[in-house]
Amino acid sequence: MGEFRMPSLGADMTEGTLLEWLVGPGDPVHRGQVIAVIDTVKSAIDIEAFEDGEVETLLVEPGATVSVGTPLAVIRTNAGAVASAPTEPTPPAEPLEASLAGGPAEPAHHVAASPIVRRLAHELSVDLDAVEGSGRDGSITRHDVEVAAASHHGAQPLGAPGTAQSVKAVSRAHPSASPRARRRATELGIDLQAIAGTGPGGSVTSDDVEGAARVATTASSDMTPQPPPRAAAGAGRPAPAPPARRARAADVRTDERKDAMQAATAALMARSKREIPHYYLETTIDLRAMLDWVAERNQGRAPSERLLPAAVLLKATVTCMLTVPDLNGFYVDDRFEPHDHVDLGVAVSLRAGGLLVANIRGADSLSLDELMARLKDIATRARAGRLTSSEMTVPTVTVTNLGDQGADLVHGVIYPPQVALVGFGRTVERPWAVDGMLTVRPVVVATLAGDHRVTDGHRGSRFLAALDTALQKPEEL
Amino acid sequence: MNATDARTTVLGLLAEIAPEIDLDAVPDDEDLRDAVDLDSLDFLTLVERVHERTGVDVPEMDYDQVRTLRGWADYLVARTA
Repeated sequence: MGEFRMPSLGADMTEGTLLEWLVGPGDPVHRGQVIAVIDTVKSAIDIEAFEDGEVETLLVEPGATVSVGTPLAVIRTNAGAVASAPTEPTPPAEPLEASLAGGPAEPAHHVAASPIVRRLAHELSVDLDAVEGSGRDGSITRHDVEVAAASHHGAQPLGAPGTAQSVKAVSRAHPSASPRARRRATELGIDLQAIAGTGPGGSVTSDDVEGAARVATTASSDMTPQPPPRAAAGAGRPAPAPPARRARAADVRTDERKDAMQAATAALMARSKREIPHYYLETTIDLRAMLDWVAERNQGRAPSERLLPAAVLLKATVTCMLTVPDLNGFYVDDRFEPHDHVDLGVAVSLRAGGLLVANIRGADSLSLDELMARLKDIATRARAGRLTSSEMTVPTVTVTNLGDQGADLVHGVIYPPQVALVGFGRTVERPWAVDGMLTVRPVVVATLAGDHRVTDGHRGSRFLAALDTALQKPEEL
Repeated sequence: MNATDARTTVLGLLAEIAPEIDLDAVPDDEDLRDAVDLDSLDFLTLVERVHERTGVDVPEMDYDQVRTLRGWADYLVARTA
């Protein structure tokens, strides 16, 4: 028997909100299967099981915000042994596939919808399972939810006693209520959304429902949902204390999320600047050979098979990490622990603003084409807010690439507990001397921010020199 | 495919890639990378989806012809005629 705990998804995460369980008691789970969705200030994240087993009990209600390490569920493993917590170092091999739409390990009822759409569905009390997606790959769009909401509310008022399907719709649409509260609400014809919850994390308890029912019958005979006066809700009892956290992360508006994200990044960066004695190196690399090689390789390839120069820069970085191993690993408890595999953090800027580092685990075992595919997949899902837990774990080194529209170079801030950050500016054409002659070459400025507790400018320079050499022979990457 | 259809197709795909953009405000002649903040990955995704949707494969050497909305429309009209 083991506890499935709120995972730590990045050094800047202290707590998370459980948005949704995708499994229930008695359900079998498989390693790598997405079993829950949690919300952090950065993104909604699919959480994967780390072992085969069976769900014994769910300990935390959807809607509750709990700190990292809090047990979320008890999972009985097949061997009856203790199931590991999601902080286990060995990455599951399957999670990426499992999280893709239609992946074999994906529960049948886990529908594809972005967090924004899920939130809208929640607000409009729409059961996503019952909605047919018209978006890409059958994903559910905002429009689908609105249409479903219109027909749903037209056909049957929420909370009216009805079919099993409508009960299910209620339960899925109100993650912040206990199952008992949902049942009572359905029996009493109470709209859960109109109730101010007094349970953990602002969740609605069955007492809240009973209170609301009393108010509804004494104060009003019409069934229009209305928020019960708080004093009356606890008739005959002291008024319940307001919950410490009324606003669930799921309800945080985009602006607030953006602020929270900025604050989380800022807190981590402040810690980095406080603790890590940074040194910075830069070198300008001629990219002619690499860009020509990529262009030639992409010729005649369908768009979906094409490489981006950015993927080659990542691949070269990974390869050279292994030549200067003191840049790849974690600094914890006053000493450096090198890692012999590269979990590559890729900084992805989000459209709405904010920065997110997604982890491409085991990047050193990927071919260039595989790395390209992972980059494309991870960036797309990071922006859609659908990363899985293993992609949010702490990488061993991070790369930030400003891209074509960015500045010429970036002096990065190291993400603790990592000890290096590699940066690429935009590729620009510059005058360049070759064999005593002046010519024009596409160049990029590669930078290294290193941790003086572990390496120095000399060792760091070796990395940048190796990077330059590797990029002159891209065909060998 | 006529110019209007081509424009609508490209705008629809842009909306999938960059959901926050105001489709009515996308200028005809500005580089889309600046106009709607497309990075190289977004641009490749657009090329990929145009290929899926219309069958038109824009090789890399033609990328400069499809930097703007008008460029896309002209390119698609010419190649679906």
